[in-house]
Amino acid sequence: MSGGSTPHTRDPAAQPERTRFAWRRTTLTFAVAVALGVREALYGSGGASATEAAAAALGVLAWLAFLALAHRRITAMAPERPTAMGAGVVQAAALCTLAMAMVGVVLLW
Amino acid sequence: MIDRLRETLRLWFAPQHLRAEGSTPDYRFSLANERTFLAWIRTALALVAGGIAVDQFLTGLRWSVRTSISVAVLACAALCAFRAVNHWMRCERAMRRGEDLPVSRFPVLLATATGVAAILVLVAVALGAAS
Repeated sequence: MSGGSTPHTRDPAAQPERTRFAWRRTTLTFAVAVALGVREALYGSGGASATEAAAAALGVLAWLAFLALAHRRITAMAPERPTAMGAGVVQAAALCTLAMAMVGVVLLW
Repeated sequence: MIDRLRETLRLWFAPQHLRAEGSTPDYRFSLANERTFLAWIRTALALVAGGIAVDQFLTGLRWSVRTSISVAVLACAALCAFRAVNHWMRCERAMRRGEDLPVSRFPVLLATATGVAAILVLVAVALGAAS
């Protein structure tokens, strides 16, 4: 298509789309880890104790927080030239992952 | 060494300094850096899932052995998550300053640890099956 007042620069690498998929993929991986955690709380050694139930619930909360974070970031990538993600998003994503690792340690006992 | 540690801590606790450095790079480079960060987060999450799975599925092993393997894998996951943030910040800063991207020996360490862990679990399972 030629013409148009603003020259439309095509991004041949489809970077925003790939980044959106990367967020989705990561959320899905998180869901797998949470599902394994819930299974551990229900059927793991010693049955479901109050501590294990609380840990599993924390894992689900961490996943929900990550889901919200991913959704916000994906919405922020809607413009044609999206801005880079802020350090806050990076730290929040890592914090959710660390929380899940802690939940895993608690669930072992 | 001390300088590098101080620099890292400054990046961690005052990330707003990052935006003050150099110029904003092409958005595509930033998005590529973001995907690399997410790939490391996925690695960490896969290790979390693996650590929990060891406890659930290697039930033939003694409790102490199983739990040690799980804790080691989960600790590796936490390390991966920390490192993901650190590497993202260092790359972002290098791109803003127009420097070369930082090199890292972390992938080699992780690969070696994974290999050693695989061999250890193999031995543990073989011995567990023999007894």
